[in-house]
Amino acid sequence: MSINEQVLSYPIPSDAALDPPGEWAELRGKCPVAHVKLPSGDQATLLTRYDDVKEVLADPRFTRLLNAPDAARLSATDDGGLFNSEMAAIIPDGGEEHQHWRRLVGKWFTAKRMNALRPQMARIAEGLIDGMVERGAPGDLRAGLGFPLPVYVICDMLGVPAEDRDQFSYWSDTLLNLTRYGKDEIEAAQAEFFQYMSDHLAAKRTEPGDDLLSELIAAGGPEDGGLAEIQILVTGMALLVAGHETTANMIGKMVSMLLADRTRWERLLAEPALIRSTVEETLRLDANSGFGLPRYLKEETEVSGTVLPKGTTVICSMAAANRDESAFEAADQMDLTRSPNPHLAFGSGAHSCLGQALARTELQVVLEVLLRKLPTLELAVPVTELERVEGLAVGGLRTVPVRW
Amino acid sequence: MKVIVDEDKCCGAGQCVLIAPEVFDQRDEDGIVILLEPEPAADRHSAVREAAAVCPGAAIELTEQA
Repeated sequence: MSINEQVLSYPIPSDAALDPPGEWAELRGKCPVAHVKLPSGDQATLLTRYDDVKEVLADPRFTRLLNAPDAARLSATDDGGLFNSEMAAIIPDGGEEHQHWRRLVGKWFTAKRMNALRPQMARIAEGLIDGMVERGAPGDLRAGLGFPLPVYVICDMLGVPAEDRDQFSYWSDTLLNLTRYGKDEIEAAQAEFFQYMSDHLAAKRTEPGDDLLSELIAAGGPEDGGLAEIQILVTGMALLVAGHETTANMIGKMVSMLLADRTRWERLLAEPALIRSTVEETLRLDANSGFGLPRYLKEETEVSGTVLPKGTTVICSMAAANRDESAFEAADQMDLTRSPNPHLAFGSGAHSCLGQALARTELQVVLEVLLRKLPTLELAVPVTELERVEGLAVGGLRTVPVRW
Repeated sequence: MKVIVDEDKCCGAGQCVLIAPEVFDQRDEDGIVILLEPEPAADRHSAVREAAAVCPGAAIELTEQA
């Protein structure tokens, strides 16, 4: 049976932790608009070509209203997890309302603000690396550096105590893991998280700090040009979750990809000016970036010559699109100098990742500090022994064993 | 080279500022692009081209003169 006729299970498993499944190239070539079956059993349409993914992500007809009654559920639990939840619908999906929300929150994530955070990020990274060195090699770079760093940074931006990070990690995992938890566990975790953020905001109302949530509160309600209370709450939850798993996992994947062929690491030691383009190239080549972005179609539309009926749930695989030969020369090769590198790791258009300047800056700083402090860094296991975390909406490696 | 930016398309990703900070900035109040140099000097052209190519909102338009 050819790939055109069969219904693939999605996500498509891959044999190697850092490499893409072979199906991606085949889909891009022969079946750019493919039928897939999600973990819930529901069917969706998978897009893998660069032009299609880029266009659809920027097209407002493809909405994020995954809680529509006929939208595909991603996971087997009743509410279908993060993307399908009612909570997700509290942040406006499109038009002026979305733009208003985006600009109120986006001012906290400008390149200038992120550059100003660099010295603080570097200090955190140095402290975490010192801790790893004290504990001795080999160590797990994921637990020792990749996870804590972005958590400290986002907690600081939101004014929530980093000591509570174990709780956030658990709540975040229950929201992002599509297969691991049962309905009761997810509901209980969401309720706890909601209560935590609600208490936190009440405390900020009484005693405002110099942080994003305090400022959102100070901007007043919708009548004053600010956000409704529930929107601030959901924004806080969303940023905490988003600031947690994404960059945290990417740090481990980036370092693994660079150490998998140590000539890359050596080149960076010799030419640290390549750090910025290297970060972009690892984002582009991340074969384990997670689920992709789901969209729900509210009217009939055509993509790559295929008519998609109203009510279709589309999954955009940015990771597959990022390896499209028609968009990138030698697309499967890692080129640390690639420029421009218009990859889609952060999406595209009005909904592209709000925190991308934060993520980029964190990745650049981590790489800079690692090269400086641990130039002899290497993987402590063969690449073939690296293992993926299964079931996450955001992909990651279970551990990243390194020595130096 | 002439640079035009479209504030409505801008999503505040900040890529242009990270790549060509002499030419682009972002407004403090909402993160939207500010064009500092509509006709940048020749030594900045390659950075500006890169910024335009990777802008997620396709909000930067360039006209190249001979």
